[in-house]
Amino acid sequence: MNINKLKSNFSMRAAFRGLIAIIIFIAIWEFGARSLDLIGYRVPFIGLIPPPTAVLDSWAGLVVDPSYWQSWYMSFMRVFTGFLVAMVVGIPLGLYMAVNRTFYGIAFPSFEILRPIPPLAWVPASIIFWPTQEMSIAFVTFLGAFYTIVINVLGGAKSINRQYLQAAQSMGASQADIFRRIILPATLPSIVVGSAVGMGITWEVVVAAEMISGGGSGGAGGGLGFFIWSSYVGGSYEQIIVGMISIGIAGYISSELLRKLGGRFTPWLKTR
Amino acid sequence: MSTVDKTNLMPTKGAIRIEDVVKIYDPEGTAVMAVDHCSIDIPAGEICMIVGPSGCGKTTLLNTIAGFHGLTSGHIYLDDEILCGPGKEKAEPGSDRIVVFQNGALFPWKTNLENIAFGPMMEGKLSKGEIYQKARKMMVDAGLEGTEDAYPGEVSSGLRRRVEIVRALMNEPKVLLFDEPYRALDSLTKSVMHEALLEIYYKNKVTIFFITHDLEEAIFLGHRLIIMSSRPCKPKKIVEVDIPHPRDYSVLTSPRFREIMNEAKSVVNEEARKAFEAGEKEG
Amino acid sequence: MSQSNTTMNLTMYRMSSWLKSPKPYLMFIGFGFVLSFWYFSVEVWKLPRFQDMPALTEVFEEWFSKDPYYGLSIYTPEYYKHIGISLRRIGYAFFLATALGVPLGLFLGWSQKLREYIFPLFELLRPIPVLAWVPLAIIIFSGSETPVIFLTFLASFFATTLNTMLGVESIDEEYSRAAYCLGASRWQTFIHVVVPGAMPFIFTGLQISIGVAWFSLVAGEMVSGQYGLGYIINTAYIMVQYSQIVIGMITLGIIGYVTSALVRVAGDYMMQWRVRELALGGD
Repeated sequence: MNINKLKSNFSMRAAFRGLIAIIIFIAIWEFGARSLDLIGYRVPFIGLIPPPTAVLDSWAGLVVDPSYWQSWYMSFMRVFTGFLVAMVVGIPLGLYMAVNRTFYGIAFPSFEILRPIPPLAWVPASIIFWPTQEMSIAFVTFLGAFYTIVINVLGGAKSINRQYLQAAQSMGASQADIFRRIILPATLPSIVVGSAVGMGITWEVVVAAEMISGGGSGGAGGGLGFFIWSSYVGGSYEQIIVGMISIGIAGYISSELLRKLGGRFTPWLKTR
Repeated sequence: MSTVDKTNLMPTKGAIRIEDVVKIYDPEGTAVMAVDHCSIDIPAGEICMIVGPSGCGKTTLLNTIAGFHGLTSGHIYLDDEILCGPGKEKAEPGSDRIVVFQNGALFPWKTNLENIAFGPMMEGKLSKGEIYQKARKMMVDAGLEGTEDAYPGEVSSGLRRRVEIVRALMNEPKVLLFDEPYRALDSLTKSVMHEALLEIYYKNKVTIFFITHDLEEAIFLGHRLIIMSSRPCKPKKIVEVDIPHPRDYSVLTSPRFREIMNEAKSVVNEEARKAFEAGEKEG
Repeated sequence: MSQSNTTMNLTMYRMSSWLKSPKPYLMFIGFGFVLSFWYFSVEVWKLPRFQDMPALTEVFEEWFSKDPYYGLSIYTPEYYKHIGISLRRIGYAFFLATALGVPLGLFLGWSQKLREYIFPLFELLRPIPVLAWVPLAIIIFSGSETPVIFLTFLASFFATTLNTMLGVESIDEEYSRAAYCLGASRWQTFIHVVVPGAMPFIFTGLQISIGVAWFSLVAGEMVSGQYGLGYIINTAYIMVQYSQIVIGMITLGIIGYVTSALVRVAGDYMMQWRVRELALGGD
């Protein structure tokens, strides 16, 4: 309902206004960044970063560089590995906690105790534990999405309208039927939401893990996070911003894909 | 038209005249006519019941009077003053016409007393002390004593509706606009609410524009029933309820009540069927 | 007085029914599992890979030692200095993010015009992970303190603003209509309807905001910074003082939990109406 309202409010005027704000933003950035050359005074903060035109220039050079695309590939692989494992482990765990009270009583408090530890705090422990750097990054990435997915699946499965279950029982459904035909589909929307949020966190974690592990030891690097960090260390500031924008685009693409996929799995949520 | 009720004194202010009103919605390029050349005359102090199937455009009419949206053509007058019409696209929402909403719109974050005091507090004409004193008195008069400091979420839905009506009366409006306020209540609570509403009405005479699709409610409360056709909305038949006020629940079983019921029912059913067949989603 | 009494009784009631249920015992079974797995896998069975991990006994001996081997335990002032510095950074960032994000979110949700101008820009910047800002923050802000606070702020700010805006959009339109009806001006409606109506969402946003604040603070402290819990974890790794890593992690977990509980308590305190409504609905 809310989405529909937003859509109907979206008009040419809105698009125009949004564009104006973005153009003004870029203009201020460009002017601020070049202020030392233009007016002989360095505008604080913005004066220290490269102007958008220089960023575009540097980007144009990078798109033909295969190592830039290699970074994309590396980050995407890590995100999807960590994310897929989080789904495969998190969804059954969340569902099982929702249907089995005893298991819930045992597992949930421990889960809640571990949850406030930020995923990135696991980075060193993970590097010590896992034999390869790649696996340790994947593990931290997994953690990032895992908590969100479990919490959403659990919440979704617990909030199922009891009448659906009663209706199914009265029609003679077995426990397995109820699980497969009621609990699973009724939880799907929460799974989709949890995954979308988890995907966002995954990108955050990948970037940081790449910066900390790759950037720190200079070892098995790669990935867009490492790209940003090495650009910083190497002093090519334009490339930092290229890296930031690239990650933004990559994260956006993966969330959109997920949303499309989620929409396909939950056709009944479409309102007209 | 106030021949119905000679014994009771009627207020002089609060007459509504709806003249040839048309409202066309244009959401996605397909024009939908919600109200079609509708004219209704409501004298001051009358309880006018607007009856029609769900989604027929009654609420649209109420919203234009309240000033929530404009109309396509026609005029609406309050005491010979133009509320909206050509040149004045939308009426200003104001405290002379107060809406009692379908789902109830008491602010859940204010206590019942704060809710009732809200209108005068916003106007700021009286001091806070005076307003709260008046609010407390109004609550006592309406039998709401003891619920002053409760939040709306803590009291029954029937009580909430009463608080809402008292809140509306605090501003001394000329007109009360009811948008199916008792729709969600069970029939027992409803009957209590009806008597309470009439009691409040006898104490504070205002014009009441009351939307409903419950015929029994309409006949019990109203001086007049205006039965609307299904979309587009337009008066189809006017039924006078010549049962004298003050009324209580004994009138429900009176033969005259049955007669009026029969007269109205056939018209309403026909419209309801039309609306059902058109497959409109309830709004 | 009576209000705090009710809350008190409710807490007591919940406490006693919790103790009577199997919940606390199951909880300890769960904790037992986790801790004994840690103990046996590392120290007794010495499973491959696990044997390199910091051992349970080692960690707790260090943590509660009066004379810690690596210089950090609950008896050393150094430990509290790190906690204090992390807390101070969170405090600055969270305060700033709330002070800017809540008003911005309120206005964005309230004024369609403002939303049309600002929101696309906001959405354009949002997909960039906060942690990708690290190098840029170091370049823009001199020193090692400001970049860390900036990152933490940025994460909180996005969460708070977005949730506040969604909160305003979630408010039922009837509430603002009711306020206009009762004679409230646009500004009065903002203060009395929009702000309290969005409050539940704002506090959900603040809960998320404090979580992501810790999340990015740790990253910031690991990459740059001289003190703080993230710094402990990273330095302990580099200096091969592995038990300190776990001390840092546990401390982070505890403090992170306490801060978000504080936000929740503040929310309950400011939204008595909601607490009481939910308490009735829950029982």
